[in-house]
This record gives sequence, C-alpha cells and structure tokens, in this order.
Amino acid sequence: MDNNKLYERYHRQIILPEFGEKGQQKLLQAKVLVIGAGGLGCPVLQYLTAAGIGTIGIVDDDVVSLNNLHRQVLYSVNDIGLSKAERAANILQQLNPDIKIIAYNERLINQNALTLIDEYDIIIDGTDNFSTRYMINDACVLLRKSLVYGAISQFEGQACVFQNKNGRDVNYRDIFPDPPQEGEVLNCAEAGVLGILPGIIGTMMASETIKLVTGIGESLIDQLLTYNALNNQVYVLNLSAQENTRSLIPKNENEFLKTDYVWLCSTPVNEAEINADTFNSMITNGNIDVIDVRELHEIPTVSEFEHIRIPLAQLIDNSSMIKAGNVIAFCQSGKRSLQAAKILNGIFGKSKKVYSLRGGIVEWKKQQQTV
Amino acid sequence: MGLKVIIFGRLVDIAGNSVTVDEAKDTDSLVNSLNKTYPALVNTKYVIAVNKKIINQNTVLDTNSEIALLPPFSGG
Repeated sequence: MDNNKLYERYHRQIILPEFGEKGQQKLLQAKVLVIGAGGLGCPVLQYLTAAGIGTIGIVDDDVVSLNNLHRQVLYSVNDIGLSKAERAANILQQLNPDIKIIAYNERLINQNALTLIDEYDIIIDGTDNFSTRYMINDACVLLRKSLVYGAISQFEGQACVFQNKNGRDVNYRDIFPDPPQEGEVLNCAEAGVLGILPGIIGTMMASETIKLVTGIGESLIDQLLTYNALNNQVYVLNLSAQENTRSLIPKNENEFLKTDYVWLCSTPVNEAEINADTFNSMITNGNIDVIDVRELHEIPTVSEFEHIRIPLAQLIDNSSMIKAGNVIAFCQSGKRSLQAAKILNGIFGKSKKVYSLRGGIVEWKKQQQTV
Repeated sequence: MGLKVIIFGRLVDIAGNSVTVDEAKDTDSLVNSLNKTYPALVNTKYVIAVNKKIINQNTVLDTNSEIALLPPFSGG
C-alpha cells in the first residue's frame, strides 16, 4: 500500500500521541472476526473497517429483511433478500479498499467454529441467540482468543472483554454458567429493541477492539458494562473467575464437537429430569433446595452438598420445609424423585421449579469419581 | 430506610427499574421477599450482584449494600 495515502487516510488518529503510527501499524496487522452482521455487527464493522483493521472476517448466514433496517444501518432496501455477510463485505470494501475483508455466508456451528475462530486474533460476538453465544465463548476459551462481547435487550445493552489469555481468565460462563432454558428469557425478535441501541453498544465494542489491539487506555477486561438508553445509567459489574466454570466448558476439540449447543438452550420447561452436570451447576447457582426423598436409613449417605431429608411418604405434610424457588429431588435411582417432583409440582404450581435428579444419587456419585 | 435493588433487562417488565425492600438481612431473604411481591420473578434467570460483584451464595446485606438483579441478554 502507498504509504502517503495510508498516512493521509488515518492521519487524524495517527496524530494522537497515545496512538501514533505504531497504533496504526498494529491495527493494520490485526485480524478480527465479527460473528453476526446485524444490529451490533453493522457499527462494529463500519468503524473497524474505517479504522484500518487489516483483516476482517464476517460470519452470518442470514439475509437482509425490511425489519432489520431500523438498526442494521449498513444495508438499504436494495439489499433485502441478499446475504448479509456478502453485502456487508461489499459495502465495507468500498469504504476501505486497502484492507482484506472476507465474507463467510454460513452459520457458525460446532463443525466450523474452531477452524474459523483459530484464523483470527480477536473475536467479536454480535450474535442474537444464546446457543451461538455459548458456543463462541467456549471456542474462545479453548483456543485462548480474546472475545469482545456485546448484547442488547429492549432499551439496554451490555459490553465486556474476555481476554482468555490463559485457562484461568474470566469468561461468560463466570456470569451465567448455563444457558437459560426456554421461557426464562425472551429473544430479541419477541422482545423488541430500540434501533439506536445496538449502534451505541456496537460502537463501544469497536472501541474496545481498537483499544485491545493498540494497547491504549483501559479495556473493559473482566468488567460487564450495562448501559440504559432511557435514563443514561451506566452500571459496571466487576467479574471474577468462578471455581466450577471450567468444568462446564469442553476440554478439547472432540468434546467441543460433541456439545449440542442448540439443545442446551431449548430444553422444554416441563422437562423435569436433570443430569449430574446440570445438577452440579444448579446447586452452585443458589436459590435452590435439594431434597433427599429416600427413607432416613438408606445409604449411601450424602455429605457432598447441602440437602433436606423428607422421605417420599411424608412429602405432602412437610412441603412447607421447602423455601427456595428451585427444588431438586433425588433418591437412589431417580424413580421416587420423579414421583416426588410430580407431587411437588402439584403443591407449588408455577411458584417453584421442581426437578428430579436422573439416575439418582448412585449415578451421581459414580459420575463424580470419573470427573 | 430500605434496601434499593437495581433491576436490569427483561426483569424491568416485572419489577420496574428499581425496587426498595423494607428489610432483608441477607440475599436469601431479599429473594424471598421479592418473590412474594413479584411472583413472576420466580421463573426467571438472573444473577444477583452486591456492591458490583456477582454473589454465588447467601450474602449478608446492610443498608449501604448496592444490589442489582441482572438477567442474561441475548439480542444482537
């Protein structure tokens, strides 16, 4: 590239003393993957392209629709029905012909995630669903890639930087260990969103990316920033790594490929049985009462986690002992606890969520030994 | 004097931007009290932050505690 032209294009940021030619060089050498070319992706892409990120990948399998245009400001009515990734790449390339822009007109799935992400230095999550978000998080932890996270809900948005430099760094699962189940949150299409909001959060994400690449300023590393467009309130939460998080993330490529992220986020509400892994993460989340419905003399005894002992036959009379919003019943093999779950559902209705430990305490103990 | 709880995301639809709870010695009793006032909270997923840190177990509160309820956001 012509050095004079390069200097002229980026002149106004090069003259910033903290930034300088060095900062510009770093941007030009950086490789950034933007996953999702929607509300968040559009502003991220525009500013990173303009700033001179040397290589930008765009992953999106969606096409432009009319109801996208109020917030996905890269596109126009002529783009309706066309691939977002390809249209975005084309439009952005006109903005800055000197950088490399690669369109991936495909959905991020287990089979392509690791290969794609491995090609880039920094990953930007601008997706619109929990299953892809958890997949991106896990892939970035596995591959030790910095992740710039952003998400929106109605009038509020969040941004955060997860460094993933080593296995102990904070990641998204340190905030929410498991994906929510159906009905626990609404997605964007149902919830609605103010068009300007992803613009604000997306530009924050672009800014965080530029700071991360150039090393200037203070990044939102391990800090979850929430912004409310209605009252201009900003709330910054300090995050720290949790002990059990690592056990929730696939340990290698094979485990990653086998993880069913779509299923993780769409378990039906009436699915009352949970496995040992879900059980373990639920008991660390709090607001939970664990009930041993076996007879008092039954073994093995349980000292690994807090629980209340109410034998099945006495459950109805003693249900007032159960206080928390979530209840898990367990027994020897998982049969009586399923009965108990039905009884408790009858008593509590929708005021509590009731689960049964599949395979019972015997299966649970076996699984703990193999972990 | 009560405890002020800041509410985020979709939980605002249930409880508004902030809630004042008369008295709660710890986060468990706070949750119980909120669940009574706003039964719809029971079936929602959120984390509790006290003084800008996520808590994972019952935590003692005082009148200066800054409490927030944060649900996960998924929109993009």
